[in-house]
Amino acid sequence: MRDWRFTARLLVKNPLSLIGVALIVLFIIIAIFAPLIAPTPEGHRDPYVIPRDGYWATPEAPSAEHIFGTTQGQYDIFYGCIWGTRSAFRVALIVMGITICIGIVLGSLAGYFGGILDEVIMRITDIFLAFPWLILAMAITAVLGQGLRSVMIALVVVWWPSYARLIRGDILQLREEDYIEASRGLGASSARVIIRHVLPNAIYPTLIMASLDIGAVVLSAAALSFLGLGAPEGYADWGQMTQFARNWIVGPPGEPLRYWYAVFTPGLFILLFVLGWNLLGDAFRDIFDPRLARR
Amino acid sequence: MKDLIRIRDLTVRFYTYEGVVHAIDDLDLDIRQGETLGIVGETGSGKTMTALAILRLIPYPGKIESGSIVFCDKDSGAETELLKLREDRMRSIRGNKISMVFQEPGAALNPVYTIGDQISEVFLLHRRQELGCRARERVDNLLSDGGGLVAGLRRPFWRWQRRIYDKIAEEPQALEPRLLSHVPLFRRLLWRLPDEANLLTVDMLKDVEIPDPVRVAAQYPHQLSGGMKQRAVIAMALACSPELLMADEPTTSLDVTIQAQMLELFRRIKVDRGASVLFVTHNLGVAAEVCDRVAVMYAGRLCEVAGVEELFLHPSHPYTKALLDAVPMPGRELQTIPGALADALNPPPGCRFYPRCPSATPLCQQERPKLKMLAKDHMVACYLF
Amino acid sequence: MKTFVDIRGLKRYFPIVGGVFRRPVGMVKAVDGVNLAIKRGQWLGLVGESGCGKTTLAKTVVRLIKPTGGHIYFDVPDEVKAEIEALESAGKNSGKLSSLLKENDLGTFSGVRVRAFHRRAQLVHQDPFTSLDPRMKIKNIVAEPLRIHRVLSGRAVETAVEELLGRVGLSAGQLERYPHQFSGGQRQRIAIARALATKPEFIAFDEPTSALDVSVQAQILNLLKDLKKEFGLTYLYITHELLIAESVCDYIAVMYLGKVVEMGRPEEVFHTPRHPYSQSLVAATPVPDPKRRVGRILLPGEVPSPANPPPGCTFHPRCSRASKECHEVGPDLKLISNDHYVACFHPL
Repeated sequence: MRDWRFTARLLVKNPLSLIGVALIVLFIIIAIFAPLIAPTPEGHRDPYVIPRDGYWATPEAPSAEHIFGTTQGQYDIFYGCIWGTRSAFRVALIVMGITICIGIVLGSLAGYFGGILDEVIMRITDIFLAFPWLILAMAITAVLGQGLRSVMIALVVVWWPSYARLIRGDILQLREEDYIEASRGLGASSARVIIRHVLPNAIYPTLIMASLDIGAVVLSAAALSFLGLGAPEGYADWGQMTQFARNWIVGPPGEPLRYWYAVFTPGLFILLFVLGWNLLGDAFRDIFDPRLARR
Repeated sequence: MKDLIRIRDLTVRFYTYEGVVHAIDDLDLDIRQGETLGIVGETGSGKTMTALAILRLIPYPGKIESGSIVFCDKDSGAETELLKLREDRMRSIRGNKISMVFQEPGAALNPVYTIGDQISEVFLLHRRQELGCRARERVDNLLSDGGGLVAGLRRPFWRWQRRIYDKIAEEPQALEPRLLSHVPLFRRLLWRLPDEANLLTVDMLKDVEIPDPVRVAAQYPHQLSGGMKQRAVIAMALACSPELLMADEPTTSLDVTIQAQMLELFRRIKVDRGASVLFVTHNLGVAAEVCDRVAVMYAGRLCEVAGVEELFLHPSHPYTKALLDAVPMPGRELQTIPGALADALNPPPGCRFYPRCPSATPLCQQERPKLKMLAKDHMVACYLF
Repeated sequence: MKTFVDIRGLKRYFPIVGGVFRRPVGMVKAVDGVNLAIKRGQWLGLVGESGCGKTTLAKTVVRLIKPTGGHIYFDVPDEVKAEIEALESAGKNSGKLSSLLKENDLGTFSGVRVRAFHRRAQLVHQDPFTSLDPRMKIKNIVAEPLRIHRVLSGRAVETAVEELLGRVGLSAGQLERYPHQFSGGQRQRIAIARALATKPEFIAFDEPTSALDVSVQAQILNLLKDLKKEFGLTYLYITHELLIAESVCDYIAVMYLGKVVEMGRPEEVFHTPRHPYSQSLVAATPVPDPKRRVGRILLPGEVPSPANPPPGCTFHPRCSRASKECHEVGPDLKLISNDHYVACFHPL
């Protein structure tokens, strides 16, 4: 409905949103061209395992060979950060995608039909929302075992209730619109009304929330990895790399910031990624806010 | 009759993403003292914008490009150019000398304040001095009443109050009372002001024929019906006895029978208070009911202005005639106006009505017709005359 | 003429829930026993002010809302209706009665049958700015009923949509646009085109021109006149503007607080109204004639809330002719002259 050109223009007009767009585009490019930017060494089976240049524990400072330095166990930070971009996108998009799907289905059923169905679904979401999310995620990952897959499942379980509620709220509001009634008056079945009329109109607030949340998903995945529950050791994932750096945050007395590069670079990547999505989400919210009249 | 408002060469433009919209284009209009002037037009005619321009309330992205609006104050006789006024001077005119009633009464009332509070607000804003005088009088009465132990204890308190109200009565924006109003406990001293305002409010509600005004003043907007809400809004607008009351389609959202009551109220307002009324509407029947003079606007320009009987008996501009023909009258074919309303972004050059006019000539396409006097007090902007 | 849409004793109540357990504490009697007989090809005007229940009535007749009571017979033969009435007055709640009702009474339909009914009857909403899905192109909006009812498919749908839009005065080049790119009048035309898609026989209009300018209003009304003649439609036209009702409708029903208070031909209802409310409605309507100002009857007070209607005749608190009887008993519609009905104990 909104002209793409108009949207694009608004996106670049605001300096903050421009930064957001630039950051995300940058990360997309890094993710796509990861094999070119940080080529996997010969003989390396799984590109997602960071190549090691030795086995001693102490991180090495940045050098010509290792641009960002190496972290504990001599994993190349540069390689880890670049390929970590791919992991980040994978986790973010998969978790967000599944969450939105579940949220749409349950939220629509609850919102459109109301009644007992609504009550039941809302009580279920209440149950999930009652747990502190980190504890719940930790519990699920602990049960499912280590690995990014468990992290993704845990995050989906923790996140879907908010989206179900959000979509339900939008649908409750849209349900009363004239054109919905007109559709029913034309003889449309409930399924048709929901899929073709309610959801396309309800999806925008959800997309806005999703773009703001992608950053949070990545942060949560990083947090879980930092606690040792996420990706296996040596996996190219930003959170994983901060887990390596855990022991090296404070260096020896007299040189507390000696191993700054081990923490700083992965942290910076996480920061910029989340920042980019947040700015983008804010920009989307401003654009799609129906109260901002274009005329 | 003397003029109250003189609008000359008013141009208002809206700078939107799609282009520039000429909301009002070189408008010349007079509002006379004690008359009800109706502005009739359809969407995009600029009628609402004219009223907003007088109060300088044109919303973004609109701008008053050029022109002059002169307000001739009845009391002081001074003539002020409204468009060049400082904002704080303008504020003292809004709600005070010129006030406005909007179409949706529900939207004009704040849902979290009672009706009484909202009307009192107008008094507190513009009639502070008068309220101060009244409050001072009341305290004087208390002081002079004398006797009794309790009264004796409260005397110094009252004397303090009297001093404050005296200050307000002299100079409404005096420093000491203003400072006091921000100090938590001592704020209480000023309680008489809203109290007096409330008394005036109840009088106002009685004036607009709201039954049981004391009870209604304590109610919230959602507890009132549409007609009552509109009356409350009119009470707010009339609180300070403005010289010009502007009403933007005030009865469009009301039922026909309530509308009849409301139009009767408007007629009475004019007679009782001697105020002028600018009545904006798209309904010709309503205009015929309540107006003394009617101006017809199309696409931001004035087409015709005449006394109400003259306009309906001898409509001259083709648009006026077409409008009258389009009103459904039984026993007559519905006449439509061919074409569509002028595109706001790309209006036709020359006369804006040219593409739809049955009597158009090539001259109409080239140059915009000027307002000419057709008969006594009857002006038309058309090349047919 | 045979009655096409027969509305008998139609009731639609909305429960007011209150209290902790959301028990019904009262009823909003939006439609409280309405009898209307619309003949085929008739243009029935339903007139009244806000809160009188006319919108609810229209939506109930088109089965967007389920009635609480009464019967709606859509194109049902007289013999069947007579049989149902006989069985009902006999008092027996027999299986025959319920099967007949299930077969013929629109009020009992549900699900698939209601949807099938919507091929024959449609509703055009009041506000053209909210009755079209803002995210659909208008070609899909107008094609939707065709797709729902699987009347046509593929290319045929597109051709039909072009034709429909052309019929209502919009050009084919605008198919790909969205509703917000059109003016109010054009949007209402799109809504009308959508209503016509499945070639219905009956269309209900809920104040279709009240949000539009005067000149556009005239265009829409002329369009409706042409369409009615071309397709042989029957209209139920709701409006609060008496001037429109008088100039286009064949028959008028005046509603007040959920009941019909007067019915008759436009000339009679508007020139010689027999119910006090109709009279004040007519008197309160402004006409573009400055000389016609004096002698208006101002109706005191306001319309009572339909949740708490006055007992007896619902109009009696505002009526200058009310007597003791009016306080207690509600009058029924009685025939007082040729095709002219009034519900009043003291008609004018």
